[in-house]
Amino acid sequence: MNFFYGIQQALFNIDLQIRKNLITALIGPSGCGKSTFLRSLNRMNDLIAGTRVEGRVELDGEDVYSDQMDIIHLRRRVGMIFQRSNPFPMSIYDNVAYGLRVNRITKNRFTTDEIVEKTLRGAALWDEVKDRLSKSAMQLSGGQQQRLCIARALAVEPEVLLMDEPASALDPISTARIEELIHELKRDYTIVIVTHNMQQAARVSDETGFFLNGHMVEFSETRRLFTAPRNRETEDYITGRFG
Amino acid sequence: MPEREHTSKSFEQQLRTLKDRLLLMGHHAEKMIADAMHALVERRPSLAEEVIKSDDTLDQLELEIDNLCYEILALEHPVARDLRFVATALKIVRDIERIGDIAVNIAERSRELIQEPVLKRLIDFPIMADAAQRILKDSLDAFVNSDAELAEKVIRDDRLIDDLNERMFRELLTYMMEDTRYISRAMKLIFIAKHLERVGDHSSNIAEMVIFLVRGQDIRHGARVDRG
Repeated sequence: MNFFYGIQQALFNIDLQIRKNLITALIGPSGCGKSTFLRSLNRMNDLIAGTRVEGRVELDGEDVYSDQMDIIHLRRRVGMIFQRSNPFPMSIYDNVAYGLRVNRITKNRFTTDEIVEKTLRGAALWDEVKDRLSKSAMQLSGGQQQRLCIARALAVEPEVLLMDEPASALDPISTARIEELIHELKRDYTIVIVTHNMQQAARVSDETGFFLNGHMVEFSETRRLFTAPRNRETEDYITGRFG
Repeated sequence: MPEREHTSKSFEQQLRTLKDRLLLMGHHAEKMIADAMHALVERRPSLAEEVIKSDDTLDQLELEIDNLCYEILALEHPVARDLRFVATALKIVRDIERIGDIAVNIAERSRELIQEPVLKRLIDFPIMADAAQRILKDSLDAFVNSDAELAEKVIRDDRLIDDLNERMFRELLTYMMEDTRYISRAMKLIFIAKHLERVGDHSSNIAEMVIFLVRGQDIRHGARVDRG
């Protein structure tokens, strides 16, 4: 697929398969197009005026950009986690339950409780917050807030999780927790993660795509890409011989 | 292909230091083998002593290189070619150190042989020693220049040294069968031939690692495994 911001082309002939229940990392220098690509997967770029997509993005064979696609439904199936954790200024409980209510997934309190607990457990946060669910989410630490955002995304039971630099604002311990969580989530979800931190891409992902100037230069199994990449530009970038 | 410089100057410097140290160590091992053979052929016990003493330098370099590798791994988290380079360094440093030990073994045998009358004119030995030294040098050159073709040649040439060793063994066996008084000296020469053959084996190990370094392919033990 190709992607344009107005007349400016940002992505050129990107062709890749993101495989189910694998973690796919996208790496590359700033402005290489990796975040643009990530956001094109659940049409987050639609929010920016003048953007245009050529080609196809398919989710289970369905064209994401077709006129019949319900964008709200799409974003429920393809959830997103951002760099800065952005909990809503409400209680921990309500942050997770919000998506359920908006999407009218549950009506009765009992099932909501169940889902909130299950999701918070899924996001490895339950034990830390179970006694203060009614407290404001804003009181949580940065790492906890990010896991809460992941829980919020998980509550609506997506198939795919897109993560844009999910740990770049966190300390090493919180980062390790998030990475561990990503690893656990792989069983039930397909994850695409954009990261500047190459060690992180190497640690968490199964497959890695290297983007440069809007092109995907190499897409390989992660352990191959970080030990013996096929492409010279990939090699130069990941070994720090760049620019 | 010329190597592009690392963006981090200090990392670049560390990799360079590592390479320089390995070269110094390789050069030192080469000289030890050459001196040990000169000591034998020219019957110079003092030179044999020098070889034995100089092994300390090699051991020191081994420690220094190991430390440097651990430091790079811990602090720089090398990947791809840099990772293969450090992994290669950690492996070949062991081979070079063993070559130094072999030079000491040869020097010790030579020291004993010099005390006794000459068994035979040593013509095959210098040939074999030259061959062993050449492939050692080639393996180190292949490493310095990231030359996978030269590394492949080293692996092929190692077989020639194996053949020379076999030939020498059979020849010395006939000496021993001829006269039992030759046995002690012939045995020492057989040991030395075996030592030289081991130099070839270690050079071949180095060459295999160079191929891994350059191509990312592990060819050891007959495997042709592409990484990943």
